[in-house]
Amino acid sequence: MSELFIINISIAILFLPLLGFAVVILFGKRFPKLYLFEVGIITINLLLSIYVMVVKFSSYINDALVYGFTWIDFGNVPLLGPLNIELGVKIDNVTVIMFFVVNLISMLVHVFSLEYMRGDKRFNRYFAYLGIFTFSMLGIVISHNLLMIYIFWELVGLSSYLLIGFWYEKKSASDAGKKAFIVNRIGDIGFFLGILILFTSYHTLTLDSIFAQIAAGNLPFDSAAWLTATGILIFLGAVGKSAQFPLHVWLPDAMEGPTPVSALIHAATMVAAGVYLVSRIFVMLTADAMLVIAVVGAFTSFMAATIALTQNDIKKVLAYSTVSQLGYMVMSLGVGAYAFALFHLVTHAFFKACLFLGSGSVIHAMHHEQDMRQMGGLRKKMPITYAAFLISTLAISGVPLTSGFLSKDGILAGSLAFGSLTGHWLIPILGFVVALMTAFYMFRLVIMTFHGEPKNQHKFDHAHESPFVMAMPLVILSVLSIFIWYTPLPHSPDAGWFLSSWVKTPHTVVPAELSYDFMISETPVVEDQYSEHAVVHSEKYTEAMHHAHYPAMFLSVFLGGLGILLAFTMYQWKKIDPDKLSNKLSWLYKFSLNKWYLDELYDATFVNPTIYLSKALAWFDNTIVDGIVNGAATVTKFFSAISGWFDTYIVDGFVNATAFFSGFVGIAFRKLQTGKVQTYIVLVVFSVLALIFIISPF
Amino acid sequence: MEVGLSHFLVVSTALFSLGIYGVVTRKNAVMVLMGIELILNAANINFIAFSRYGNFGLNGQAIALFVIVLAAAEAAIALAIVLNIYKTYNHVNVDEIEDLKE
Amino acid sequence: MNGFPILTLLTFIPILGMIAVLVIPKDKANLAKYIALIATGIQVVLAIVLLSNFNYNAGGIFEQSSFQFIEKFRWIHIKGLSWIGTVKIDYFMGVDGISVPMVLLTAIISFIATLSSWKINKSVKGYFAMFLLLDTGMMGVFVSLDFFLFYVFWELMLLPMYFLIGIWGGPRKEYAAIKFFIYTLFGSVFMLLVMIGLYFSAHETLADGSQVFTFNMLALMDAANYTADGILSPFNPENLRFIAYIALFVGFAIKIPMFPFHTWLPDAHVEAPTPISVILAGVLLKMGTYGILRISYPMFPEITRELMWFIALFGMINIIYGALCALAQKDFKKLIAYSSISHMGYVMLGMASLSTTGINGAVLQMFNHGTITAMLFLIVGVIYDRAHTRGLNDFGGLATQMPVYTGFVTVAFFAAIGLPGLSGWVSEALVFVGSFGVEVIRTLAIISTLGILLGAGYMLWTLQRVFLGNLNEKWKDLKDIDGREYAMLIPLTLIILFLGIYPSALLDVMNTSVNSLVHFLSTNVTNFSISGL
Repeated sequence: MSELFIINISIAILFLPLLGFAVVILFGKRFPKLYLFEVGIITINLLLSIYVMVVKFSSYINDALVYGFTWIDFGNVPLLGPLNIELGVKIDNVTVIMFFVVNLISMLVHVFSLEYMRGDKRFNRYFAYLGIFTFSMLGIVISHNLLMIYIFWELVGLSSYLLIGFWYEKKSASDAGKKAFIVNRIGDIGFFLGILILFTSYHTLTLDSIFAQIAAGNLPFDSAAWLTATGILIFLGAVGKSAQFPLHVWLPDAMEGPTPVSALIHAATMVAAGVYLVSRIFVMLTADAMLVIAVVGAFTSFMAATIALTQNDIKKVLAYSTVSQLGYMVMSLGVGAYAFALFHLVTHAFFKACLFLGSGSVIHAMHHEQDMRQMGGLRKKMPITYAAFLISTLAISGVPLTSGFLSKDGILAGSLAFGSLTGHWLIPILGFVVALMTAFYMFRLVIMTFHGEPKNQHKFDHAHESPFVMAMPLVILSVLSIFIWYTPLPHSPDAGWFLSSWVKTPHTVVPAELSYDFMISETPVVEDQYSEHAVVHSEKYTEAMHHAHYPAMFLSVFLGGLGILLAFTMYQWKKIDPDKLSNKLSWLYKFSLNKWYLDELYDATFVNPTIYLSKALAWFDNTIVDGIVNGAATVTKFFSAISGWFDTYIVDGFVNATAFFSGFVGIAFRKLQTGKVQTYIVLVVFSVLALIFIISPF
Repeated sequence: MEVGLSHFLVVSTALFSLGIYGVVTRKNAVMVLMGIELILNAANINFIAFSRYGNFGLNGQAIALFVIVLAAAEAAIALAIVLNIYKTYNHVNVDEIEDLKE
Repeated sequence: MNGFPILTLLTFIPILGMIAVLVIPKDKANLAKYIALIATGIQVVLAIVLLSNFNYNAGGIFEQSSFQFIEKFRWIHIKGLSWIGTVKIDYFMGVDGISVPMVLLTAIISFIATLSSWKINKSVKGYFAMFLLLDTGMMGVFVSLDFFLFYVFWELMLLPMYFLIGIWGGPRKEYAAIKFFIYTLFGSVFMLLVMIGLYFSAHETLADGSQVFTFNMLALMDAANYTADGILSPFNPENLRFIAYIALFVGFAIKIPMFPFHTWLPDAHVEAPTPISVILAGVLLKMGTYGILRISYPMFPEITRELMWFIALFGMINIIYGALCALAQKDFKKLIAYSSISHMGYVMLGMASLSTTGINGAVLQMFNHGTITAMLFLIVGVIYDRAHTRGLNDFGGLATQMPVYTGFVTVAFFAAIGLPGLSGWVSEALVFVGSFGVEVIRTLAIISTLGILLGAGYMLWTLQRVFLGNLNEKWKDLKDIDGREYAMLIPLTLIILFLGIYPSALLDVMNTSVNSLVHFLSTNVTNFSISGL
């Protein structure tokens, strides 16, 4: 099993879904069953990625397999020397884990969609789009350089656009697709500017080379501010893709896409790409950049949770919960809990995919009803869906024995440690408040959907448990939400293989004076992943984490339990009437229900002014700029009219006058021409005589 | 009395004047032609006289011979033209042959 | 390839075609289409032969020895003209890495435009005769190395364009044609003045050692050739080089078209028939930027350096202004026309950086914009042929009715938006890499990135208005694209995809020349600024 072989297999994994896309999109019309080809490819892909993961963890657990090639060669550039742009792949532990996660969820979604999308007139195209999405997503995780990440970054944007707007006959769907693409573009511009800064400074985009240069003390444009700016600009790309405030507005709208797509793209994989990106550049983040990231993550997480409290559309609640959980991951990176961010990324991918597919199952059963106020009591009709959904809900609420408990606890501990080390206590406080709210709104969802009495008897009567192809993915995903896959000890994520050997926190390359002191290890780092308490960042940070572990765990379990209790009190036992409460706090309720009025705010401040500006400019162009051109033409015409008059009456008049004069003279002299030779001779004779007389000397 | 150059010149001048008179006054084209012959012969006399009294060798005589030949040719062509005029107009009155006018 | 006059053939094959078109009898006028197709087809083959025999390591730009496929003959040679002395104008053609992509583009676009002209049925002979003459003019501009010859071709292309818009155009064709003609001529006059000024400012040494005034572009790039007192000579302390540069720039800027000289473009595009729009956007606009790279830059390196900020500024204005104007359009063709203005702004921004990455990006963007916009105009043509309207709000839901067509549209639109994997992105990215790397214009580059956002805005909005949503009942009989349209769209799609994935195929062609140009500009600034400026 040579390294090259693994690399080749990985590249095959990358390109197989593209092949699926190409084949299905080109020939899908002729062969209506071609979607099976795509499903087959993704299954092979999953098997291959499991194989790669096993080989990687068994033989190359400490190595990164790198393969790069020159994409564009600028030769020997004047004043700079050789310059080229390199692309390539790097297969490290995170890559193979992501390969597995992406392919697994993609495969489950493919299978789920076989039933969910049955009868759609563009069935083949749907699977083709899933194929190109999988390709792009795998591309992001395999890249070893920022440019390639950016390329695939945009491609996932494309597939997201295509899939959100899959039912393009609905205006809301095509609007949502457009919005997603454009809002993401805003973040991408930041990402791109970050790339430009790095390329200008280092003439390479390969991450490892960039880090090496920073570690050697070369800062972009020799300035610490630019290094911070670079980190924040690249993070801006993640803000767009991972739906962080203020660019989160596209994600809830993206729920216009088919529900399996929401599960795959807008919950489990693509939106996590932002987190993945920040984790890739984690080592070059300065203290300021980390603080910005932590604050944005914490705030997003809080904001989205408050909105999720009041939504009634089942997918909207899940969408905001996704935003909130992504905020957690981003915050986790910001506070330095690198490994927990990736851990949560993985656990969240499974339980959130399960939740979305579960909601898809419910929506399918309810004949495309998404309003939770029309549901209720489905527990009895759909036991498998309910069970899977419940396990995932427990996981997202951070209840012990679930995967979510492990990862969430780590993030909260990290934020607590960060608070204690830096004094930014607001971040852990927001984190714990969110934990409370998450448990509350998730159980509100479960209770409104599955418990109680059916609200819409007609739809309830027609509801039924989903068939095997839909139930099977739910079961698999919910099983993956249990702790046992990640660690042998349900209370200690550190003991698990994920954190102790698979994902290791890299050491920052930022100069010590620009980074937090706890990020810099005083003693030389010992690379020993088998030691019980591996040092993360520095002894100081490891110790703070250690101290924060139990308080965070107890507090989060307590708050989670409180949230669940509150949800049961309000919606199951009806001890508190939610309507009365919302009336009492009506402005808060409306603020939350209307999503903080951010869409309206953006429309008023950005969208409409741009459209007005464009209209004004079009008018300006048509009237003023072109008016000047046409005015110049008019002025020229005016002068030409004057000169034409001058020409006709003065210049040409003079010419005609000459002709007239010669004519007149001619008429006068014509009389002399008698035509008689003898007259002429007489004239000649007399003339000669006259000449003789004149010139004679006498 | 010695016959000198001036005598010849007087004769030729008289002949020339007669010729001009004939050319100008006669209406008949043939008469006009005869006038022209007179003028040419007046010139011939001058040539020979100058040749005799001047120091020109035989050049004058040679020119005179040319003129005689030329006169003959001219008379032939002119008479042919006159004949054609007669055929066209049925007369040879030069006063009435004025088609070139205007 | 020694001695084979490939450039002359490339340039004058269409003229042969034109003669053939003119002599065919009137009742067999349709033969003209096949003649034009054969002529442009031969051109494509020749262009590919040219490319395959092209030496990627020869720089060109300023030295004759590294130009390739050179053809140089005495063309006009008059001796002993009073004070001027000898007038010597050469028939001088040659290519380097900057012209080869343009030659290739011209050949491809002409061929595709011929296919797209298939449905022309109004005085077919006249149309194709004009079309082929236009083709010669365009090709000639890109291969000439003598300023006089360049100017001849530059003007040659104007006349057929005037008739092609003025006779075969839309409702306001006369207005558009005359506007195009006069505007461009206005620019050419400036160019002519500068050309003559340069002519009387520089000497070329002939083989017999005598010195004559010269139109030879390469001679004009060498500071050593300038006379001491020429009006545009750097050695003349009172020279007018600055004014001449601006005049020349305006001449080229009109063609690009650069704000505020751009208003002829939307009118010309809206009125021109589809194939002429394709040519106009695909090739003609590139002449402006090509002229700047080929003439303004190396002949006036010191002023170029001085004015680079302004070039970038106008590039930025083009990008943002064009995009914003496009956002407000209701006519499909006008929208594409404004998007053209926006995209040509990237070319200017890249050129202004005077760096390898930026100029590579600019030349690549010229090629890519040529193919992408040609495709966009073909797309508009397809729908206009069927529906006889171009109003963006008249459609809706065409994706259901014409799925294959919509597939091509999506590729072209996303290429125009700058989606990675498609060619437009590579060049835009390089333009930004180049312009961002130069401190002087960094701010302008940052502002220009807004163009990426606005581009996505107007393109996706158009996609939504025309193709998404419910099908408008009025259009339920529209047919999807036919074989001829496949033949036009597939090659362009393949080029867009190929250059998106493997841009080096074209970048390697131009890279040596671009490096040589950048090197020339950076070293020659001092040579040219000896004067007391």
